[in-house]
Amino acid sequence: MLSVKLFNATTIAYFVSMIMFIAFLPTRAKVVALIGTIAAYIGFVLQTGALGYRWYESYQLLGADGRAPLSNLYESVVFFAWTIVMFYLLLDLKYKQRSIGAFVMPFAFLGMTWAQLGLNDAIDPLVPALQSNWLTYHVITCFLGYAAFAIACGVSIMYLIKAGKEENNAEGSPAGGILSLFPSVRILDDINYKAIMVGFPLLSLGIITGAAWANYAWGTYWSWDPKETWSLIVWFIYAAFLHARFTRGWVGKKAAWLSIIGFGATIFCYLGVNLVLSGLHSYGGG
Amino acid sequence: MSAKNRSFVDHIWEFFCSLKLAIITLILLAVTSIIGTVIQQGKPAQEYIQEYGESTYKLFLALDFVDMYHSWWFLTLLNVFAINLICCSIKRLPRILKLVREPNRVAEDGLYRTLSNFEEIVTSASLQDVSRKAQEYVTKNFGKPDVTEQDGKVYLFAQKTAWARFGVYVTHISILIIFVGAIMGNVWGYKAYVNVVEGTSTDEVWPRSGKEPIKLGFEVRCDRFAVEYYPGSTRPKEFTSDLVVLENGQEILKKTIEVNDPLSYKGITFYQSSYGQMGDAQFIFKVTERETGTTKEVRARRGEMISLPGGGGFRVVDFTEQFQNFGAAARIEVVPELDHDHKPGEKHASFVVLKAFPEFDSRRGGKYIFSLQDFKQKYYTGLQVAKDPGVWVVWLGCFLMVVGSMSAFFLSHRRVWLTIQPVDDKTGIKVGASAHRNQPAFEIYFDEFKKNLKTELSE
Repeated sequence: MLSVKLFNATTIAYFVSMIMFIAFLPTRAKVVALIGTIAAYIGFVLQTGALGYRWYESYQLLGADGRAPLSNLYESVVFFAWTIVMFYLLLDLKYKQRSIGAFVMPFAFLGMTWAQLGLNDAIDPLVPALQSNWLTYHVITCFLGYAAFAIACGVSIMYLIKAGKEENNAEGSPAGGILSLFPSVRILDDINYKAIMVGFPLLSLGIITGAAWANYAWGTYWSWDPKETWSLIVWFIYAAFLHARFTRGWVGKKAAWLSIIGFGATIFCYLGVNLVLSGLHSYGGG
Repeated sequence: MSAKNRSFVDHIWEFFCSLKLAIITLILLAVTSIIGTVIQQGKPAQEYIQEYGESTYKLFLALDFVDMYHSWWFLTLLNVFAINLICCSIKRLPRILKLVREPNRVAEDGLYRTLSNFEEIVTSASLQDVSRKAQEYVTKNFGKPDVTEQDGKVYLFAQKTAWARFGVYVTHISILIIFVGAIMGNVWGYKAYVNVVEGTSTDEVWPRSGKEPIKLGFEVRCDRFAVEYYPGSTRPKEFTSDLVVLENGQEILKKTIEVNDPLSYKGITFYQSSYGQMGDAQFIFKVTERETGTTKEVRARRGEMISLPGGGGFRVVDFTEQFQNFGAAARIEVVPELDHDHKPGEKHASFVVLKAFPEFDSRRGGKYIFSLQDFKQKYYTGLQVAKDPGVWVVWLGCFLMVVGSMSAFFLSHRRVWLTIQPVDDKTGIKVGASAHRNQPAFEIYFDEFKKNLKTELSE
């Protein structure tokens, strides 16, 4: 399938981008970061084309049963990588902080590599339970939210590294060396907060569209299924994060840790529940 | 009330209003919720004992871990969460209302000192001139200001999207609304199921909890159940049931339901959930004797021995609706004589007859040629039945949550104050501004705002 080949090319582009961004930290050469950014753009364009083409391929293969490429584990991982890079490029347009690439592009690269090497890329027709427009709304909102949390997590890691270093330095002077390329802790903290501000309503929408779909398909909008419960756990963690912002003693490092824990819970909600626990979201087996 | 009592009540009040309680409750809810995802909920006792052992199961029971989301302690946590939301809204809302409806229109030095966006301009133009120009400028570049003249000074005040302040409270109240909807569903609604055999009807359904059936007040008949497969595959494409709603024997409503497309009548919704076979299938075969060419239609049930012209017999030993992508198929066994004495381990020739290929069996070269004309398998359809009068309240809450959180995060209440006053023989202007969200962006906006104001006034 051409789409799968294009996804391969995407993976290579993201790999180049990631390596360049990491190389940018010790070399501090602007041109290296520029290549990283260009590679990310190329990968993103390729991937966007591939997603569209896979949609078209599904109609070629299945006729009227074709569907948006968002219905199994392979397609969801690929879409996740796409949303992460989309948010990263938007962030790059706004802040022009190239060092962030080294902490965000690995998520996209790892996702694509896992999808291309380890997951089943066949386009199968949908089982009855998944034949609903809610599937598209649910998947898109959830993964946009997840991607925003991925960015927040990457930035929080940078925050902890930089803040930790500055604490050790005498009088909290700004960190030198590689860390001088990092945005200031204030900006990192701000990006972390903003990413979660974007992700939180999207996660809420994802949970709500999932509940609406469950209600339409089974007559129960909430049944404390492990997937549902974990999405709520993620929601609780980020709600705690948003409130912690207004409380003395909970800003800075603790907030960064909450953001990282939140993304860990997000990943568990997405993958762990299917691979470890049992429940309604069956694509984990695919 | 004594002073001591008063302070005790105050303490309790402050506790339930506090942000710290909100954070701790959220984290406790997150952490405890994990338990129910690791320990399967609502299973029979036997399964827990098998997996965890007797004593652990007793501990689970004592801690309500087998049905934790309905346990007293989890509900207590949710209640604390709700009370926290209510108290914090009661405490803060009046202040926000006042801030929005009766803003401080007269800015004194004390206010300016609290603003990070502040500038002082002195110009030789007259106070009237400056006041007029400043009003025009603010109207054009921000919004129409309120003008207060007091003690020879002119005060301007303008604000934008003040209602953004309510976003947080809309979000908080939306959670309470969702709770109310959930409680309504629990009190006045039910979740039930019913199996309806094709051609029969039912007027009652069985609740998930409890043994007494619930009367529907009308009847539901299933005319037909069917499974459709994707062409050339064993993957099911659709499960459908033709349902008819009857009242007093009259057909009221007809609908073919499928997964993701239920039928609703009088607030009760029927969802396609499962299915099963009722009794044995009946098969209709056309049997041709090769020698004579005589053809006979034969009806058979699975396992039933049917006589064939010429002394032999056959029976259907197996049947599937989907045989290796070829569709419905029956496995047939032919025996030489009807009263054949079956010895253990003895095997007779058996072969597969495909419904989709009626000519296929003639190539087998047997004495009889079989073709499967049709089969009739009675099914029952398994329906989930739900009545939830609170669901619209839940959706209202969800809608408010999204709208509320978006406006809380992305809309900013912005305010601008100007004070114009004589300074010696010149005119002084103090200008200050604040935004309750996204301060860095507002700072950039304000820098531009004051720069242009200066040029405007110096003209």
